[in-house]
Amino acid sequence: MNSGTGSLSPVPPRVGILLAASLAAQLTWQAWREAPASQAADLPPAPPAALLRAASLDEPEAAARLAMVYLQAYDLRGDNAVPYQHLDYGRLIAWLRAIVATDPRSGYALFSAARVYTENPDAAKCRAMLEFLYEEFARDPERRWPWLAHAALVAKHRLKDLPLALRYARAIDRQAHDPRAPLWAKQMEIFILEDLNELEAAGILLGALIASGRVRDPSELRFLRSRIRSIDRRLEERR
Amino acid sequence: MTRLSSPGGRVWIIARFVLLEAFRSGLPWLALACIAASFGFAAFLAHIALTETRELQAAVAAAMLRISAAFLIATHVVTSVAREANDRGLEFALTLPISRSVYYVGKLAGFACAAALLAISFAAPLLLWAEPAPLGVWVLSLAAETALVAAMGLFFSMALAEAVPAIAVTAGLYLLGRSVGAIQAIAAGPLAQEQESALRGIVDALALLLPRLDQATRTEWLVYGLPPASDALGALAGLAIYFVLLVGAGLFDFSRRNL
Repeated sequence: MNSGTGSLSPVPPRVGILLAASLAAQLTWQAWREAPASQAADLPPAPPAALLRAASLDEPEAAARLAMVYLQAYDLRGDNAVPYQHLDYGRLIAWLRAIVATDPRSGYALFSAARVYTENPDAAKCRAMLEFLYEEFARDPERRWPWLAHAALVAKHRLKDLPLALRYARAIDRQAHDPRAPLWAKQMEIFILEDLNELEAAGILLGALIASGRVRDPSELRFLRSRIRSIDRRLEERR
Repeated sequence: MTRLSSPGGRVWIIARFVLLEAFRSGLPWLALACIAASFGFAAFLAHIALTETRELQAAVAAAMLRISAAFLIATHVVTSVAREANDRGLEFALTLPISRSVYYVGKLAGFACAAALLAISFAAPLLLWAEPAPLGVWVLSLAAETALVAAMGLFFSMALAEAVPAIAVTAGLYLLGRSVGAIQAIAAGPLAQEQESALRGIVDALALLLPRLDQATRTEWLVYGLPPASDALGALAGLAIYFVLLVGAGLFDFSRRNL
């Protein structure tokens, strides 16, 4: 780049003084300005996925992830007085739905929904997020079962809603056939049935699981057989 | 002298001068600044990502570098042609024993080589976050895409003779080519009313005239792995066809003009 720069001597002193003074004024002005006040900003309405895609010049992978970073900013940003617990979850879910539709193969939105937005102490908001996960799971069970498995755990341990947890666990068992899915995810239904005191059903499912040959690890087989014995004992006691 | 006797040799000589000009202009520094900016932004995102950090970095850096490459090459081509026109370089070049076609193709070859070098240099930082094989396909596609942008810039700067309209039209055509798929999806989606089928027809007709840049240089290749060969070859073939169309249009316009 040849811009023809030379020595400073031809610059009139007045011009140099003007430059230095204006720079000093800029720095002083910015330093004296107060820090931006906290904003109680809620999420704006979610854009349609097609619009998100068009606005990103058809870069859905980047658009979906940057939109997630934008959503995160509503909670993590220091100047926002509305953390995610107080956000309008209807809008939040609409944003997440648009982001998942923009890049269906990304797990970012579902990860955040399962691990961050279900942590809300407001049970109604937590349930809304769990239902969103359930709805999205049905669209791609092979890829999205981990988030529904987490949703089942949240329903069971946080909400203490065993029928809801059972619904999610059953969905994983029936719809997800991914061979990489660990057995604990598949066995969730059995243990929830046990917690619900549905011991006969739990025992039948456990027996079927062992008989199916899907469990090959000796330690895991030993553990499952001990669970069957424990269920049998509890059934005997009940009788 | 032997080089000057064949059209290919003359094309090569003109292309070399175009490349030399690119190296001596601000283009390499601007390319370096773009690489640094995208790398810095990706590094910043790594600190705030909750998950899929590598994918986030690759997607955002690739998107930034892709649009930067197109913008840099378009402005470089247009300003280079405008400068040559202002310096009466074109008239001087045509007094030499070279035909207009050779001159035009030589200029385009030089700009396309500069575009390819820019694409290769922009792929280098992406090696941090993407696998080499998908990145190879991506860079090949970016080189073809930037060469196409160079052809657009050359055509419009020669045809319009002024830098600002040429940059505006090149940018418009590029952005339309990038977003035409999404615009078609919106026009065909449930949001569009039944009575708007005429509008959908216009959008579809417009799409026939545009390069399908939305199918080329896909970030998904870097994030989710190699595309099916037919997808990548289809995208490259589409770019090649449009490139030839622009060359034909450019040669036609340049040959009939009174200088």
